Amino acid sequence: MKLTRRDFIKSNAVAAAASVAGVTLPITNAAAADADDGIRWDKAACRYCGTGCSVLMGVKDGKVVASQGDPDAPVNKGLNCIKGYFLPKILYGEDRLTKPLLRKTNGKYDKNGKFEAVSWDEAFKTMAEKWVAARKAKGPKGIGMFGSGQWTVWEGYAASKLLKAGFRSNSLEPNARHCMASAVGAFMRGFGIDEPMGCYDDLEHADTFVLWGANMAEMHPILWSRLTDTRLTKPGCEVHVLSTYEHRCYELADNGMVFEPQTDLAILNYIANYIIQNKAYNKEFIDKHVNFTKTPTDIGYGLRATDPREKAAKNRNKGKLSKISFEEYAKSVEPYTLEHTSKLSKVPKDKLLRLAKAYADPKKKVSSYWTMGFNQHTRGVWVNGLCYNVHLLMGKIAEPGNSPFSLTGQPSACGTAREVGTFTHRLPADLVTKKDAHCKFAEKTWKLPAGTIPRANGKSDDADQSDISGKPMGKTLIHAVAMHRALKDGKMNTFWVMCNNNMQAAANMNDESLPGWRNPDNFITVSDPYPTVSAQAADLILPTAMWIEKEGAYGNAERRTQFWREQVSAPGESKSDVWQLMEFSKYIKVEDVWPADLIAKKPEYEGKTLYEILYTNGQVDKFPAEQVTDSRGNKYNNHESADFGYYVQKGLFEEYRLFNSAEGIPKKGHEMAEFDAYHKARGLRWPVINGKETLWRFREGYDPHVAKGEGVKFYGKPDGRANIITAPYEPAAEPPDKEFDLWLCTGRVLEHWHSGSMTRRVPELYRAVPDAVIYMNPKDAKKRKLRNGALAKISSRRGEIVCKIDTKGRNKCPVGLVFVPWFDAGRLVNKLTLDQTDPLSKETDYKKCAVKISRA
Amino acid sequence: MNRRQFLGNMLKTACGVGLVGLGLGAYSKRASSMPANYIRPPGALPEEDFLGACIRCGLCVRDCPYDILFLGEVGDEVATGTPYFIARSGPCEMCEDIPCVVACPTNALDHELKDIEESRMGLAVVIDQENCIAFHGLRCEVCFNVCPIRGRAISLDMQHNTRSGKHALFIPVVHSEACTAVDCVNVPAFWKRLPSRSFRCIWQKASWASITVWAGRRKTKRARHWSHPTPSIVTTYPKGCVTTCKVKV
Repeated sequence: MKLTRRDFIKSNAVAAAASVAGVTLPITNAAAADADDGIRWDKAACRYCGTGCSVLMGVKDGKVVASQGDPDAPVNKGLNCIKGYFLPKILYGEDRLTKPLLRKTNGKYDKNGKFEAVSWDEAFKTMAEKWVAARKAKGPKGIGMFGSGQWTVWEGYAASKLLKAGFRSNSLEPNARHCMASAVGAFMRGFGIDEPMGCYDDLEHADTFVLWGANMAEMHPILWSRLTDTRLTKPGCEVHVLSTYEHRCYELADNGMVFEPQTDLAILNYIANYIIQNKAYNKEFIDKHVNFTKTPTDIGYGLRATDPREKAAKNRNKGKLSKISFEEYAKSVEPYTLEHTSKLSKVPKDKLLRLAKAYADPKKKVSSYWTMGFNQHTRGVWVNGLCYNVHLLMGKIAEPGNSPFSLTGQPSACGTAREVGTFTHRLPADLVTKKDAHCKFAEKTWKLPAGTIPRANGKSDDADQSDISGKPMGKTLIHAVAMHRALKDGKMNTFWVMCNNNMQAAANMNDESLPGWRNPDNFITVSDPYPTVSAQAADLILPTAMWIEKEGAYGNAERRTQFWREQVSAPGESKSDVWQLMEFSKYIKVEDVWPADLIAKKPEYEGKTLYEILYTNGQVDKFPAEQVTDSRGNKYNNHESADFGYYVQKGLFEEYRLFNSAEGIPKKGHEMAEFDAYHKARGLRWPVINGKETLWRFREGYDPHVAKGEGVKFYGKPDGRANIITAPYEPAAEPPDKEFDLWLCTGRVLEHWHSGSMTRRVPELYRAVPDAVIYMNPKDAKKRKLRNGALAKISSRRGEIVCKIDTKGRNKCPVGLVFVPWFDAGRLVNKLTLDQTDPLSKETDYKKCAVKISRA
Repeated sequence: MNRRQFLGNMLKTACGVGLVGLGLGAYSKRASSMPANYIRPPGALPEEDFLGACIRCGLCVRDCPYDILFLGEVGDEVATGTPYFIARSGPCEMCEDIPCVVACPTNALDHELKDIEESRMGLAVVIDQENCIAFHGLRCEVCFNVCPIRGRAISLDMQHNTRSGKHALFIPVVHSEACTAVDCVNVPAFWKRLPSRSFRCIWQKASWASITVWAGRRKTKRARHWSHPTPSIVTTYPKGCVTTCKVKV
């Protein structure tokens, strides 16, 4: 073959010209018109990240045949990322589960048996027997459920009700515990109310962007597109990026910084110190709207109590704030000078100074964004708070462009996990089980006898709550990581995982999760559309209708609640999570889980099932089943309504609304619109008052809860003031040493969502990024006689996996740190990670542990 | 055997040999026009010289640590016994020590190639801007992400997206002076869009990848700067798309 450069360029020019001229258009246009015939288009919220893009689904003959970004959606304006582009393909993986599968030998349940198809009835009967036995024998912590920030709003709500009111157990946690718990902790400590004060519009209003441990370029692709556009089009706009390795956001960074893991604590304190030393702070704002406090230090690392690091901690798990003066606060940050911080963090001085100046400039509007770099941190609540400190000192908060913004990872971490209370300590709308009054309000709303919901300390009106086990309730809270420990220790005997792949996610799988799940005393149920790592480690698998196979709702990071209708039917006998939760409750009699003295308070509940008490209570079943029809006359199925005989989703949502809109609610500020309004809108940002959404909270003119003349009011706190909380730098739990000489950081890639159970079944996405690799500095690789593409063994104190080395890829690690994504079921990086948590938020730190690497 | 017989036999033999030669020639000519996605190993001489210099020994194939090289077989569209790889199914991993070149006994793979990034196995070309979803503002960038000459062979040209008004476009631009074309075509190939409504995904009808590789080594290492025409079409969209979308919910 002879192709000279001249020929080559010529032929290219022809090809390029042809495509520019749109030569293919006439043919494909005709095809397009045909293909569009009979396609029913409707909106849905994207299944993946917390950005909350809206997508349009084209359905023909009961199958999604086309999709596109929703042009009318304010978030994404018709755009998608590559995952979203191929979105509906997640429904059509070849190995969709279609029947309940139970481990059996000789026709009977056997923990070590083989999976056999069973009926839903048999599945639930087996499960109910185990659950009732565990609840009776082991108390409220004897059972457990692990839900999801990818549940729809009503699924989370139904689960919260089933566990807390039905089973009288606070053993309910969402995977948001591994994701947003630190952010929540900081919101509650700082502002007394959860979720960001700003919204995505800040992306257009800000002059300066600072990314703290957020790889927005890959994890929030469409938001990054908006941020990039502001950077390109707004004069003077600059972008500061901080992380422990160089990722794709550094392509846009004006000031890119790679810091030593954990020293973000020091850097934030340095910025505060700089602001105070230069008297740049907004005195009027802090005098009026801020309290200064400090938090106990040396609090441990959330490991098992027997760990030497926990024994050494002086104030293990403590977080009670005490008030201090401004002067005391100033003194607490004084050690964080430019020299000291630069030495500790290994970030050059000029870069740190430039960052501090950006925050301190009164003329620049600054928005800070963070995700898992802050949240998955053994000092996650602290570091979230330190960022608020900087914004509060400057008064750069709660107005367009001035926004400390905690981005969520999951599509409904806010809407479901946080807002309807699927955490062990929470109830809907920011109520908590720690407060007797909150529990009483929930009991009244749910038509339950007083004292039904287990209090955090097991005491109602200062008296022990009685329990079916015959013993007092005792302390009832148990967080996600502790659940796996309890399973291993045999203290928890039944566990139900929904919308989640915990066996691929939970840290320290070898020592904690897997032994817990395979403990012969335990019965593990996993509801999933696919045979994931978790499903295969379970005893009962329930086939699940996913995403648009049911009517759903998600709430994204900017408090936007979005609804969708059921677009297609689920395959085989698959059922949605809400159906599974409600149907299962029919198998539990109230006498099995409530003590007689509690039932005696409401004799009409005698002999009833939990289903009758919780769901056919005159509220949830209030709305009759109806033909779901959109404004264009298109008709949609609703399998849950058909099965239960009433509009399930509407009933659950309207009952949930009682928590944020009814008379006498304990906490205001979570108002939501009526159910039907959301089907018409492209999402609404709460608080929604008189049909109007709220873009910026706490500020007069934007937030209807702030009266005229008040200016700014942090109404989540009784005195209307936010807390600046001082906290020092403290080292990480497991820094590299001589043997395990590298930091390991884990995370995601653009092309895959979380554990890859959906995206790895999309051929194009799988092809784009088939397997997890070890992103590594070429110098580190050379030192170990490894080269790009070579197989290497990466091991920690807890396990090892084999991956290819990538020294040229998208993530550029500094010497001494490697990054491994966790989407790959064939290379379970959670065998390596340490089950360390923030002692306050109980959120796992997946970003820092020590590993070593050698040739495989 | 008399003189006449001898001459006659000679003539027959010559004709026979000639015919076989003609056939072989025709065959080898066909085989020398390799398909565009078949790529020679790094350092391969220009195709004509390469076919002359390559002794079909297979040592490069033997020494490739990632087993991505094949030898052409009879009937293949590549000269029999010569090495090649197909980037879509197994891209060159670009070893620093270039073992395939070291193994070559004849310099068909040029021993002067010391830096793998200086090799020119081919060139990536964005052939179809209509269907490359990056041109419509979607965040794909798979070609950019898999490119081992990161940021230099393919860069992203960031531009304002006038239609959405608040997003950016991330347009892939190929730089011939850095591109070795080894992995970029390892991107999703089955997307297609309906022009009537922009960047809609219809996947039943498998289509084409928007980026391809033009095989063939360029003679000069530092070619004149060239990239595909920078898109002037990015601000205008096919008629009837998005803004006039009929769907109202």
